[in-house]
Amino acid sequence: MTFDTRFLGPILITCILLVAHYSFGVLESSTRTATAIVTAIVAEALMGRLTYGKWPHLASAYITGISVGILVRSPFVWPYVLCSLISIASKYVLRLRGRHLWNPSNFGVSVVLFLAPATVTLLSIQWGNVVWPMAVIWILGSVIVWRVGRLHVSATYVAAFVVFAVARSALTGVPVAAAVAPITGPMYQLFIFFMVTDPRTTVGPKWAQSVVVVIVAFVEMLLRLAEVIYAPFYALFLVGPAALLVEALAGPAITSWASRSWRPLHGS
Amino acid sequence: MTVASATRRRGLWLLWTAVLAASVAAVVVLNRRSAGLAAAASPEARYGFRLEERATQSGIDFVHEAPTFDARLAHIMPQIASTGAAVAVSDFDRDGWQDFYVTNSGEGSLNRLYRNRGDGTFTDVAGMVGLADVNRDGVSMGAVWGDYNNDGYEDLLLYKYGRPELFQNQAGRAFAPVGAAAGLPARVNANGAIWLDYDRDGWLDLFLAGYWPETIDLWRLETTKIMPESFEYAENGGRKYLLRNRGDGTFEDVTTAAGIASRRWTLAVGAADLSGSGYPDLFLANDYGVSELFANRDGTRFEEVGAAAGVGRTPKSGMNVSFGDVFNDGRLAIYKTNISEPGVLVQANDLWVPGVPGVREYENIASSVGVDLGGWSWGAQFGDLNNDGTQDLYLVNGYISAGERTSYWYDFSVIAVGHSAIIGDAANWPDMKGRSLSGYQRKRVWVNDGRGRFAEVSQVAGVTDTYDGRAVALADFSNRGVLDAVVANQRGPLLLYRNTVDPGRHWIQVELVGATQAPGVGATQALGVGATQASPVSNRSAIGARVELHWDGKVQVQEVHGGSGFSAQNQRRLHYGLGAASRVDRVVIRWPSGRVQTIDAPQVDMLHRITEPQ
Repeated sequence: MTFDTRFLGPILITCILLVAHYSFGVLESSTRTATAIVTAIVAEALMGRLTYGKWPHLASAYITGISVGILVRSPFVWPYVLCSLISIASKYVLRLRGRHLWNPSNFGVSVVLFLAPATVTLLSIQWGNVVWPMAVIWILGSVIVWRVGRLHVSATYVAAFVVFAVARSALTGVPVAAAVAPITGPMYQLFIFFMVTDPRTTVGPKWAQSVVVVIVAFVEMLLRLAEVIYAPFYALFLVGPAALLVEALAGPAITSWASRSWRPLHGS
Repeated sequence: MTVASATRRRGLWLLWTAVLAASVAAVVVLNRRSAGLAAAASPEARYGFRLEERATQSGIDFVHEAPTFDARLAHIMPQIASTGAAVAVSDFDRDGWQDFYVTNSGEGSLNRLYRNRGDGTFTDVAGMVGLADVNRDGVSMGAVWGDYNNDGYEDLLLYKYGRPELFQNQAGRAFAPVGAAAGLPARVNANGAIWLDYDRDGWLDLFLAGYWPETIDLWRLETTKIMPESFEYAENGGRKYLLRNRGDGTFEDVTTAAGIASRRWTLAVGAADLSGSGYPDLFLANDYGVSELFANRDGTRFEEVGAAAGVGRTPKSGMNVSFGDVFNDGRLAIYKTNISEPGVLVQANDLWVPGVPGVREYENIASSVGVDLGGWSWGAQFGDLNNDGTQDLYLVNGYISAGERTSYWYDFSVIAVGHSAIIGDAANWPDMKGRSLSGYQRKRVWVNDGRGRFAEVSQVAGVTDTYDGRAVALADFSNRGVLDAVVANQRGPLLLYRNTVDPGRHWIQVELVGATQAPGVGATQALGVGATQASPVSNRSAIGARVELHWDGKVQVQEVHGGSGFSAQNQRRLHYGLGAASRVDRVVIRWPSGRVQTIDAPQVDMLHRITEPQ
């Protein structure tokens, strides 16, 4: 019997949630987080069953719901319900050639952040002050994205973020430590392991996936220079679908060009 | 794919598109409704009262000055020097009119004691009585009144970033610093303090809450690694001090023996009998972390039960503690303020109401009743502003109003998520460069409708200032049976809002005097923590007394506090609005000594001065 790798993501994110909550009590309300998860799963089951005539695998919806439940911060219940619903609905509505364009939770979170600034923000705090939980999450997350063949995406993004952070520091005079600080927070752990690596909303070739996340990090830098607080989510929101569109419309030509250009000098 | 199948899929796609569009529209609508943007009160709306700012006309011209600390903090000085504007109300000379003391925080600046002349004006007498020039060994952060020696005159505890000082009131004519002989700690970087009689021995004890560690001299730093180790999990703040009054003019530090070991960054502390034990419990509103609730175990020790009670689970930026019976059901709710900045950080304020004991003791209902979003909130006080018989809520807010249309929020959000090695070092904090941080905020005056909702009426009620409010205190300065408000603003003018309430609304006030041991006579021997000795006497200020007012089928409970809100103290007398009711069934007083006294059918529309029966 082989292990279904689709369960790796849900297992990781559940571990992150449990460790973070029972170590530091990060969840503002376990009821609201549960509401987000249930909404996402019910919406996915309903829409998938009606659209495709069979019950969909619910791992993706679970990740979406739990991401919304962790990331969204609001004293109200409705943002959790609507963010999950918008996330799942976007998969069935915003599609191109059989693929959805946005990572669901990235889409949902970006929409509620943009449209409901008075009542919704995102998780933006450090989970505790000790190194080990952060180290465990980074190591476990890296192993899992490696198992699903996406480690290069996460690693490239992290490297690009650090390089651009140094550049931002040089441009603005902000201490390098402050410029790098956001990536030490849990919001980025979710972003790096669950959003930029989403197989359904990343382009095909590995080299192109790396190029796209470098562009995401670059757009994020521009947004950060404009003091946009939730820059990574908006950057992925803008770049992710654009990359898919480019791939869909000009994919074969680009792939062909890249294959010719990147052929080793003494390749066989 | 058949034609029918394709048509069905297209129909479903349209359905899901409609679901998506409806959800997005709902986000917009609910955001406006939840933030109160769609339900702003119309100017015609009548709430039965109006507040008018009359500081200048009342002879008040105080403007708060902030301190200047070590030059290595210059780039974030407005944040480090962001507190110190405080106000505490008391009738210090016992002439029957409420006076108030305001603190200043510039090095060498002068504090003010505004004596109420009874004609609507005030005179600063701080210099005359010895309470003005007090900002040389540290700078003032706040003050609280309490008759610590039971001589009939309210004494003053001044807490600072520096050495706290106790001033003994000498018959309302002068104040004498008690000095080191009182046994107060040499240095506490405190933002909160209260008087309470935690062991009910008839002598007022002190609780002093450190914010910065007491080892730090903010004017002469040894290192820049002084900042909180986390934005929401910091435990590297100042220590707390529970100082037991021996009854002989001195205090002993019983903090550790009483089981209080917190080193969180406490900004406000409140005491009330939340468990019904008869002893005051302690609630600490902590910045950079969870709140703490210390349950008083028979006056011998405290047990931290915040997480178990539900109030200490979610870390926020606590800045205020005030208690109010918001539903007229004889139970005290706890109002704790936090930060809410649209698009950045919506912690929302907390209104903790007692739940079902043993299931979940407290439930946060701030959002459902509408008192959650108050900007960068600081001090708040409950009080019946329109004498309709329910407790309203007055909140001041605003952190740093500097350059207009500038914001430090982006840089603040970046450093706030950093690991302790980053956030903990002030050198890593980006330069503020004269930018604002949640500045120029609209205040909140929430009117309780008695049916579980609060309406925000500040603008129509006349509270239109946008200074960086820190402390608010409520008192009847004109003995008219209405609550006025005095507001202390950081780097801003002191404001006095005079209240005018529609006629036909009745009220009653109660001023309590505890039955005490004579000063210097019969002082309890040092009980030591662990001893249990219920005393038949109260402290003279009656701090800790609990008063239930029964009228018109309702009951409202209030307690006499030795400080509440943020860096503030309301008048000690208790004010109850009655609405149209012109009769009170009874007043039930549970004195700090434990005696219960019932007064049947007291006359309304007057102040009752009640002395505890011996």
